[in-house]
Amino acid sequence: MKDLRLERDVQTETNKIEARKVQVYYGTNHALKDVDVDILDKTVTAFIGPSGCGKSTFLRCLNRMNDTVASAKVQGAITLDGEDIYDARVDPVQLRAKIGMVFQKPNPFPKSIYDNVAYGPKIHGLTRTKAELDEVVEACLRKAALWNEVKDRLQSPGTGLSGGQQQRLCIARAIATSPEVLLMDEPCSALDPIATAQVEELIDELRSQFSVVIVTHSMQQAARVSQRTAFFHLGNLVEYGETGAIFTNPKDPRTESYITGRIG
Amino acid sequence: MTDGSMTLAPMATPEPARLRHSLFAPDKRTAARNAQEARFRFYGLVAIVIALLALVWLLFSIFSAGLPAFRQTFVEIPVTLDAAVLDKAGHGDPAEMASVTTIGYGKLIGKALAAEIEAKGIDIGAMTPKDLVGMISENAAADLRDRVLADPKLLGTTVQFTALANGRIDGYFKGRVTMESAARDNNTSPEKLMLADKLVAAGVMDMRFNPGFLVMPDASDKRPEAAGLGVAIIGSLYMMAVVLCLALPIGVAASVYLEEFAPKNRWTDLIEVNIANLAAVPSIVYGILGLSFFINFAGLPQSAPIVGGLVLTLMTLPRIIIPTRAALKAVPPSIRDAALGVGASKLQTVTHHVLPLAMPGVLTGTIIGLAQALGETAPLLLIGMVAFVRDFPGAPLSGLFDPASALPVQIYNWTQRGDPGFVERASGAIIVLLVFLIIMNTAAIILRRRYERRW
Ligand SMILES: Nc1ncnc2c1ncn2[C@@H]1O[C@H](COP(=O)(O)OP(=O)(O)OP(=O)(O)O)[C@@H](O)[C@H]1O
Ligand SMILES: [Mg+2]
Repeated sequence: MKDLRLERDVQTETNKIEARKVQVYYGTNHALKDVDVDILDKTVTAFIGPSGCGKSTFLRCLNRMNDTVASAKVQGAITLDGEDIYDARVDPVQLRAKIGMVFQKPNPFPKSIYDNVAYGPKIHGLTRTKAELDEVVEACLRKAALWNEVKDRLQSPGTGLSGGQQQRLCIARAIATSPEVLLMDEPCSALDPIATAQVEELIDELRSQFSVVIVTHSMQQAARVSQRTAFFHLGNLVEYGETGAIFTNPKDPRTESYITGRIG
Repeated sequence: MTDGSMTLAPMATPEPARLRHSLFAPDKRTAARNAQEARFRFYGLVAIVIALLALVWLLFSIFSAGLPAFRQTFVEIPVTLDAAVLDKAGHGDPAEMASVTTIGYGKLIGKALAAEIEAKGIDIGAMTPKDLVGMISENAAADLRDRVLADPKLLGTTVQFTALANGRIDGYFKGRVTMESAARDNNTSPEKLMLADKLVAAGVMDMRFNPGFLVMPDASDKRPEAAGLGVAIIGSLYMMAVVLCLALPIGVAASVYLEEFAPKNRWTDLIEVNIANLAAVPSIVYGILGLSFFINFAGLPQSAPIVGGLVLTLMTLPRIIIPTRAALKAVPPSIRDAALGVGASKLQTVTHHVLPLAMPGVLTGTIIGLAQALGETAPLLLIGMVAFVRDFPGAPLSGLFDPASALPVQIYNWTQRGDPGFVERASGAIIVLLVFLIIMNTAAIILRRRYERRW
């Protein structure tokens, strides 16, 4: 396995996403409190923290997927390239074409493997010919380390794949629209070590074009792939900074006890 | 912990009781539980057997009473169409020939039958020509008249004419009429029945499949042998077409709006409760609504399939909306997330992903709603579909406004008639209705299989 830590260098310092004083309520449950984060362009940012601390919730704020939860209420400001994504003029559909997402549970469409990947480019009109579309599908499946396993059965249903293969299919589907930001909610939780390594390599590769936000429960993974790490605890953003600093020299005692395995 | 150590060192905190017995000998509780299960299985079996017996009995009684309706006794005789009788003016003009009523044709048929009987050498005893005419359905003269008026060139020729036998003669071969009952009946007599036997032996009269039962219109009280379901089947098909064209799109659109787009608030809750209530409203109430709105207010014609279809649409809508919403709800939210996540719009999410997955439920709901509408009688009685209609409605769309009957109403109507021949007709019509329902339910099952859930 390639140790990506050796190449941990942040290439830019421009902010892609800025979140200020983000609050999320599910009914009366205050799930996210006062979160301030700057997500850098062309950078992998890892969100870590114990279960139920609000990592997924925050991720879903970034592409306004929380709009679909009737009880969810989001306050505060989140900007993408300086534009407020919660502005009344913003069409969340357009936003989600720019900010792709891989969900915590694999959710391929009950259609063929090919159609799963081709769906995004089709509805956004990203390709002109069938051949172009074929190329995009192949490239995305290759990037998601799935091509060799499915190249002979592109027309069989995506739901017939194993859990790990489904998750990689969802990754291929998300990158097929070439988003500017890719949100990944525990993309490797169902993968074996080899596929995990391939996905991590993909993430590192994607970093040259997009910024990637990844939620993970694996400290090693966060340390391996990310340049920035945010630690969430009980709805608060406890600590955010350069990954090496968070893991070697945490400032907050809660961070330290979490990464050394004492709370979780 | 072993048994031995337990007895040696009793503990302060009580150990939870443990089952200590051989696996081969069930303890009391297990035996009781097993007995309970066996009893429950037995009750279930009894229930199934009772239900099956009821079904078998129902089918047996319907089929034994109704199957004879598909066969009918016919008399086949050559009839000379005497131009001197049928076209006195001699111009061959159908308008002038129409002045000859069915009585004139009846006489011709009577003469032809008498000639045929004589030719076969059958002794008719003391029977008069009028008795002979009584062997044949009163409808036969009308049939012959229609045939001649449609084709005046037949005048003067001799045609082979297949006439329906009188309902009593037909009933005799079906076991409904006996010599004893005929003696008490002033519509027939034992002599006629005996003559009928001879005619069968001579090959003039026979019983065979009667397509007329499915294509002919209704007939009056005295002519059960000529009554058919033609108008009723067309009326029912027209109404189902109206229901399908209106209830399916409106029902699906309403369900999709309520389930996917409408805000969840007090108003939508109220609508939801009302839809559930509407599904439970007795169908006759829809008939009253149809009468006062479509006929009295909107001025649509009575007895018309369009009105029946509109009324049945109102009745079917909630029955389509409820299963459609259930089917939409059953689509996992993760599919919606997936579609929205790649930047599909709400409508694209629904039309590309949610609705196709909900399709089996939508289609089964629709077909079952249609099947219920097909068998519905009460609302149609109120909007005048029970009228006696002999004329076929025209082709759609204008035909939707012509008077027609409907299958269930025709069944109800026939059970009200005096002549016992109509009992058989009604049972036969029930078989036709059941066949339609079975076809629709089979279609529902096939569609459900084809669109089987795939997630
Ligand atoms: N749709 C929802 N409706 C109501 N409450 C929710 C919903 N989604 C999340 N929550 C609540 O918000 C809090 C944060 O949940 P979230 O899913 O963001 O946790 P998480 O950090 O992603 O946990 P995990 O690591 O287990 O995925 C939890 O207390 C959860 O109960
Ligand atoms: Mg989560």
